[in-house]
Amino acid sequence: MIAEFGLAALWLAAALSALQLLAGVLALMRPEQAAVTAGRRGHAPSVADPPETGPGPLVRPAAVLQAALCATAFAALLVLFARTDLSVSLVADNSHVAKPMLYKLTGTWGNHEGSMLLWVTVMALAGGLIAAVERRLPERTMLATLAAQAFVALGFYAFLLFSSNPFTRLSPAPPQGMGLNPLLQDVGLALHPPTLYAGYVGLSVAFSFAVGALVTRQVTPEFAKVMRPWVLGAWVFLTLGITAGSYWAYYELGWGGWWFWDPVENASLMPWLAATALLHSASVLAARDALRAWTIMLGVLAFSMSMLGTFLVRSGILTSVHAFAVDPQRGTFILALLLIYIGGALVLFALRAGTVSEGERFAPLSREGALVVNNVALSAILGIVLLGTLYPLLTEAFGVRVSVGPPYFNPVGAIFFLPMLVVLAVGPLLRWRGDSFKRVSRPVIMVAAVGLGVLLLVWLLTGIALLPLLGMALAAMVGVGSFLPLRGRSLLRLPLPVWGMVIAHFGVAVALFGMAADSAFQTERLVASRVGETIRVGPFAVELAAVSPTAGANWTAITADLQVRYDGGAPRSMAPQSRSFWAPQQEVSEVALLTRWNGQLYAVIGGEAPSEAAGETMGQSGTSRWQLRLWWKPFVTFIWYGGLLIALGGTLSLVGRVSEDLRRRTRRGLIAGRRAEALA
Amino acid sequence: MIRLRWSLWLVVALALAIFVLFFVQLSRPKEEFVRSALIGQPLPAFALEPAAESRPGLSSADLADGQPRLLNVFASWCVPCAAEAPQLAALEQQGAQIVAVAIRDRPEDVAAFLEAFGNPFTRIGADPISEVQLALGSSGVPETFVIDGQGIIRYQHIGDIADRDVPVLLEQLREAGG
Amino acid sequence: MSRFLAAAAALLFAAMAPVPATAQDRLPPAPYADRQLADPGQEAEARALMEQLRCITCQSQSIADSNAPMAGDMRHQVRSRIAAGESPESVRAWLVERYGDYVSYEPRIGTATWPLFAVPAVLLVIVLLILRRRLGARR
Repeated sequence: MIAEFGLAALWLAAALSALQLLAGVLALMRPEQAAVTAGRRGHAPSVADPPETGPGPLVRPAAVLQAALCATAFAALLVLFARTDLSVSLVADNSHVAKPMLYKLTGTWGNHEGSMLLWVTVMALAGGLIAAVERRLPERTMLATLAAQAFVALGFYAFLLFSSNPFTRLSPAPPQGMGLNPLLQDVGLALHPPTLYAGYVGLSVAFSFAVGALVTRQVTPEFAKVMRPWVLGAWVFLTLGITAGSYWAYYELGWGGWWFWDPVENASLMPWLAATALLHSASVLAARDALRAWTIMLGVLAFSMSMLGTFLVRSGILTSVHAFAVDPQRGTFILALLLIYIGGALVLFALRAGTVSEGERFAPLSREGALVVNNVALSAILGIVLLGTLYPLLTEAFGVRVSVGPPYFNPVGAIFFLPMLVVLAVGPLLRWRGDSFKRVSRPVIMVAAVGLGVLLLVWLLTGIALLPLLGMALAAMVGVGSFLPLRGRSLLRLPLPVWGMVIAHFGVAVALFGMAADSAFQTERLVASRVGETIRVGPFAVELAAVSPTAGANWTAITADLQVRYDGGAPRSMAPQSRSFWAPQQEVSEVALLTRWNGQLYAVIGGEAPSEAAGETMGQSGTSRWQLRLWWKPFVTFIWYGGLLIALGGTLSLVGRVSEDLRRRTRRGLIAGRRAEALA
Repeated sequence: MIRLRWSLWLVVALALAIFVLFFVQLSRPKEEFVRSALIGQPLPAFALEPAAESRPGLSSADLADGQPRLLNVFASWCVPCAAEAPQLAALEQQGAQIVAVAIRDRPEDVAAFLEAFGNPFTRIGADPISEVQLALGSSGVPETFVIDGQGIIRYQHIGDIADRDVPVLLEQLREAGG
Repeated sequence: MSRFLAAAAALLFAAMAPVPATAQDRLPPAPYADRQLADPGQEAEARALMEQLRCITCQSQSIADSNAPMAGDMRHQVRSRIAAGESPESVRAWLVERYGDYVSYEPRIGTATWPLFAVPAVLLVIVLLILRRRLGARR
């Protein structure tokens, strides 16, 4: 019953999104005259406005109702998973009666159909929210935006209903269910998809706003202000998703790497790059009414990259390490959506861009100028990641197989990334519209001196490779530069968004420092060691105190007991494990990490070492030797601290912007109330 | 502005080109393995110890005696290698001379494998560290190479041999002999 | 990566096939699969090269990041050849001769790869042109 109820709600939501689209388009086709009233109403809501007629007034309620229905459908699926209703084939395939409740619930989106439903639900809720509360834009732009939102949602509804129905029944119902893979029962894994989807959906809202503004040609600072919180929110979620994914790969993999330029990683990086550029460009538009076309273009691009990433990962078209059961029908379906939305938006943009004027002018040396550099550099990096990710696919079409990896992405990306960081260090010091060298010369010289000093010092003392060396110097420059906008300002009265910017930029410096330090200074020891032996790695002395067998629910393992001293200090224990699962048969290394403020010791036990690897005579091999992999990774944790700081900065900005908006609303409400009284 | 629009249409065209590429790649099966680049090249020099007591070891010199042969790369621990045993037997019955390299294998495991699935091989070399496999440009087990009488690699079959592959391999072998 | 991505894939992109129970061999890893070279300079060279070579059996991992036995055997080849005095580039060339450009994560300029280098150059020109137009116009 619940499944049918959920399916009915989903169909109704789809029908409402069709209504929302249709009503929006019809309203937009009516003469502009109606829009004039609507526009005035949008600027100053007043009780004296005449009631609107025509299809326009249908759009907002449709969006709200659609959100409610879609949320109902998702709730129905949640209930089905909570009850483990095995007569629903999705539940039977992906859940199990013996699963803990938490993983039963998270299992709702731990599969293709459920995750798509979650995506659509979040999107519908976002659409409903805009429809319910957003009154700052001209009504025609809002109608176009909501129609665009409905158009995007409609495609996803079609995808769900026609090729990924989550509510399909199964007869006869199996007794237990298939999904009890303990490897997949992980809180991080459960939270990862909703995080990414929140990011993608935020960008879809930005996309809808961009399309709406293109349709009515009203690209205004108000438009940027309305769009900005969505972009900020999306960007925070994407930042968190990438940071968490990177840390997770780091400790799950067992070889100490944290970024591999794997196609799946690139698929999540590309929307982030576009969103970062969009965020900065929207700031220019909001503050100075400049970069109009850029902002629209980036809005289209950011959502395009989300869709592209989804397509790349879900269609299995690129060679990544995971084996999907690729469903060509689904891949083709997403490709069709890609074609309609991205292709359509690009065509619309190409048609309309000429009529969107560039907006206010500014001098080369100005805040806007610096942000333009940020925009084009990020776009160029995005282009390179896109090229490197898709290139193997292109040559494969001609029967040639190539690989593009870190030795390509790192230096080629650096061509644009490093100059951008220089601008990042000093850009926030510049004034809007125009600035003089004289005014900023002192802090600029200071930042440059810090950079050069660090460069020389690190180079003379350590002689590390060029890229990490430049990374260190730039991290120092950005780190110092990020706090300079605070000079001479009252810290207590500083608006939250400025704090957000400072913290996010500082986060970039922190992450960059972590990356450079780990690449340049990590020490590695691979040893075959007997119990009782001590191994030196970096500043640590690691004693292999014992090796013991351990057993779990569906695995057996050997666990090493390592006694670790840092610089002769008190010993601390680490317990890396090598697990053998038997269903499915799989060897998994459980990494042990010892975190200090200045880095991490990373320990892995591989297994029993072959006697010849010991490099000694057979006579001595009375006791077994164990294969240990140890890395001292100085400041590696800064990479993720930096990511968290960036997300924190974004959150502060978001809170600042939203509360600003709420304050203005109450103020406006008061004024409107007084005016109404006066009229009466 | 006209220049700007021109470049925007270029972006549209680029996006369309990417979509076409996706469509083409979606609609055809994905190449899962990388082929050896050594087809048409002489076999690299190697000399392997016997992998099992029942057969002598294998060296590259054994493969340049004027007789074309199949070189099967297999392992006792590989499931598809057992699956292709009937096809290898059929090839042997139809006159193919087959030699083999056992990858990362222990003599007792190879012996048990041959016991269970038959032994169509005249020689089996042991390659405990995949050295010869890497030298051949082979990307997994099982794989079957056609080597002509001069020791030149003529053909590579990747994956287990299905019934339909048997005549293909015989044909390749005939060509290598002529 | 494989476990993380496989798990993430299963969750995010759900219709994942059950991982086939890939049988593993019972031989120990090759001598230099997980053993560093005595000479730190040579080991550093080997390490740098291993990070740039693609594991042939594991789809999308470098041999420095993979638990696959074949990756271990490839690491052994790299270390033992460098220990014998070969240059990293000649080891790379030896593998490229066998597996084509696929085996190296560092694309070289060639008939199939020149756009990888031409496009960033074009991008650089475009970036400079845009900056000139946006920033240099009203001087």
